[in-house]
Amino acid sequence: MTLRESATFDRPTIAAIQRAAETGVYDIRGWGAKRSVPHFDDLLFLGASLSRYPLEGYRERCGTDVVLGGRHATAPLHLDIPVTIAGMSFGSLSAQAKEALGRGASEMGTSTTTGDGGMTPEERGQSRTLVYQYLPSRYGMNRDHLHAADAIEVVLGQGAKPGGGGMLLGQKIGDRVAAMRTLPAGIDQRSACRHPDWTGPDDLAIKILELREITDWRPPVYVKIGATRAYYDVKLAVAAGADVVVVDGMQGGTAATQEVFIEHVGIPILAALPQAVQALRELGVHRTVQLVVSGGIRTGADVAKAMAMGADAVAIGTAALIALGDNAPRYAADYAALGSAAGFYDFQDGRDPAGITTQDPELAARLDPVEGGRRVANYLRVLTQEAQTLARACGKAHLRNLEPEDLVALTVEAAAMARVPLAGTTWIPGT
Amino acid sequence: MIDLARTPLRALNRELHAPAGDAYEVLNPRGAHAVAAGLCHAVAVEIRGHVGYYCAGMNQLARVTVHGNAGVGVAENMMSGLVRVRGDASQSAGATAHGGLLVVEGSASMRCGTSLKGADVVVGGDIGAMSAFMAQAGRIVACGDAAEALGDSIYEARVYVRGKVASLGADCVEKEVRDEHRAEVAALLAAAGFEHDPRDFRRYGSARRLYHFTRGNTY
Repeated sequence: MTLRESATFDRPTIAAIQRAAETGVYDIRGWGAKRSVPHFDDLLFLGASLSRYPLEGYRERCGTDVVLGGRHATAPLHLDIPVTIAGMSFGSLSAQAKEALGRGASEMGTSTTTGDGGMTPEERGQSRTLVYQYLPSRYGMNRDHLHAADAIEVVLGQGAKPGGGGMLLGQKIGDRVAAMRTLPAGIDQRSACRHPDWTGPDDLAIKILELREITDWRPPVYVKIGATRAYYDVKLAVAAGADVVVVDGMQGGTAATQEVFIEHVGIPILAALPQAVQALRELGVHRTVQLVVSGGIRTGADVAKAMAMGADAVAIGTAALIALGDNAPRYAADYAALGSAAGFYDFQDGRDPAGITTQDPELAARLDPVEGGRRVANYLRVLTQEAQTLARACGKAHLRNLEPEDLVALTVEAAAMARVPLAGTTWIPGT
Repeated sequence: MIDLARTPLRALNRELHAPAGDAYEVLNPRGAHAVAAGLCHAVAVEIRGHVGYYCAGMNQLARVTVHGNAGVGVAENMMSGLVRVRGDASQSAGATAHGGLLVVEGSASMRCGTSLKGADVVVGGDIGAMSAFMAQAGRIVACGDAAEALGDSIYEARVYVRGKVASLGADCVEKEVRDEHRAEVAALLAAAGFEHDPRDFRRYGSARRLYHFTRGNTY
């Protein structure tokens, strides 16, 4: 008799039920959504042919720079490439990892971002352009760091858990992390899910005013949202005075959150991005208020497709950690000892063999920030080159010139979400 | 003296960020937001009238007095210094403040001292619902009553209430008041300029049952 696996009760589902029955506690893990969702892979570029004129793929100039935050700030950011490093906390990551990200981003002329837990000297020192996150927890928040920032990102949520606060398990709350967050060492840390001193979009406008007054209107103010009701949230963020809006799709990573949250809350970035662009266009501020998107950006193709759909830049998180060396096969034995495997390790338990998502001094020392920075820079370089190659094939002399007309979709779902035609047709479902 | 009826807010704050003097008087605030926000010098600022949101936000070193009522988030994320409100304060007074002393001579509304991170807050009257929510460190003294859900999810902050407490939030419990606590209350009352008997105050803090994610974490 042939064994038949249930599609409804597949092996991961059975394992989850058994784990719940054994422990009585919901599963908490890092990484991001692991389910398959419509993504940039479901889009294709229409390269030039008789009706379009391409640029030489290796030699002809294809610009990559971007200016972020010129709407109200007196010192907008000028980045050489439109790929930025997303917010990840010191606490979730080791100090060495934060320094390495800063080094890599600086080498490529782009920005990196702090996270829940404040700004470290290692990160500030090695980041030419540093975005300082202003989160509900306000862990480590202080005026001097606000002034030391090149931009401020008011975080309302992230794609992995929109509507949910942060978690950081006790294994990562070492003495330094605890002191920066004013918490007892070793506790399982919660971060508030809502800001402590404002409760809606009208209040947010006043909060942004305060941040500008404190910093004398110098740094740009971003507003970051987890992708849910992107159309409305982007409109409200713009009305509140944001210089830049960041939309993080459900594939975006997290240090630790309930599994049920990661897999069941939020929408893919492919669905959120057109909503955000529509909102900006209707307000007449597309390209004036820049749009940064994140959540599952892995390749130059993802970068180019996001920009063709209307984003001004993208942010990478999980991919940057992989570039640093996370989940590398050379640590296969260590991952196996943790009950995981290279390619499956989820960040949350604090025993990262690669020294990246850990506060264990011995493990963290495995990561050389200089070498890590070189790897991150290399990865950013490849992303940019790949995006340029695709842009040139579409006849574009700058990445920002990519447009929806350059894209088609492979599936009906992707066509409906991305609002581009199904390949070989002129059909955009829903229009 | 700076008159906000004739001087833009931005000019006021720029002057206070790089002060030419050590004492300022601000006239006609008329409920303006972010008045005296982001100060970082040991200046004295007397504000004559009511202010809106985030007055003295992120204050560092300065001594700011509001001769009126204060809107949402007065002295939010204060690092050091002294902020005194002669009247009442709206929601989230002293939210996330790391250091310094906030005195509200009247009452403070909801979420007073929410996510407090080390500052001291002394309120002459009552404090509203959800006060000391997730408060991590520092002291809150309420000379009047406390409304519902006091100290919900509180960490290591200490809360003292002289009057009635409507209810306690998740993981917040009443604790024994020992001599060191009475001395602490006496010192805070003296710093704030209130004359109450420290023995009249009861102490509240964390039961520390929510410090780890376990199957008992249900409320």
